[in-house]
Amino acid sequence: MGLVADPDEETVAWLRVLDREAADHDDGLARLHERLLRIARAELHRRRTPIAGPELDDLAHQAAADAILAILAKLDTFRGESRFTTWAYRFVILEVSSKLGRHHWRTPTATWDEDRWETLPDRLGVDPHEQAEARRLVEVVRDAVDGTLTDHQRAVFVEVVLHGVPLDAICARDGTTRSAVYKTVFDARRKIRAALVANGYLTDAGREG
Amino acid sequence: MGARERLDAFLDTDPRDVGCDRAVELLHVYAELVAGDPGAAEEQYAGVAVHLAACGPCHEDLVGLLAAMAAED
Repeated sequence: MGLVADPDEETVAWLRVLDREAADHDDGLARLHERLLRIARAELHRRRTPIAGPELDDLAHQAAADAILAILAKLDTFRGESRFTTWAYRFVILEVSSKLGRHHWRTPTATWDEDRWETLPDRLGVDPHEQAEARRLVEVVRDAVDGTLTDHQRAVFVEVVLHGVPLDAICARDGTTRSAVYKTVFDARRKIRAALVANGYLTDAGREG
Repeated sequence: MGARERLDAFLDTDPRDVGCDRAVELLHVYAELVAGDPGAAEEQYAGVAVHLAACGPCHEDLVGLLAAMAAED
């Protein structure tokens, strides 16, 4: 493990105790787990998930347990660019995101028999008084989506933007990464904007790329 | 902000955006910088800052990490 900076005292203590040869290794793991569990519970509450009771606590336990496994598996990659605790907390926060994404599909969802284009103005925060412009906006975006996006880009755009499906839920369902889903939506936004600039609905003044 | 401006802001993409993988990889480093000096964090990791401003889930992870640091450290 090559550290890029002199670690603080707490980091040194954590790295010592997480060494499998340390006499107090098991105690150290238990302390880390206790802290990660506390963070997982707090994070689940902070995100105001509709999940509650034993199910919420079960998710917190799963997140903490999986975070411990990930930390031990990647301990050799810790380079001391931050305190050890900050590096370790990141794992449990990411596990909470992942668990919530997976849990999304356990809640019954309405059958999607339409794309719900009428929700777009609300999702963009358009003033309800701008009804005529909102209808025009939906029309031009829908034309751009149908005319410029691939089937995959269109499907993901509709799920994320019109139905509000979390990126992590799509990852969990499709076995892909958040980065891949984000890139799909990113490319879709770029292509839609280019189409709307080309047809004169938007202007490209002062922009690059 | 009018409807077109809102749509334009939503569709706007920044080529400096590093994407989720890189942002998550640096999240612990970025979080400590933000906790000390948000301006310095944005200056030092502009592509990460751009991404976190555009990606709801990654931004949520940053907020969660900062909350954990504040509560536990």
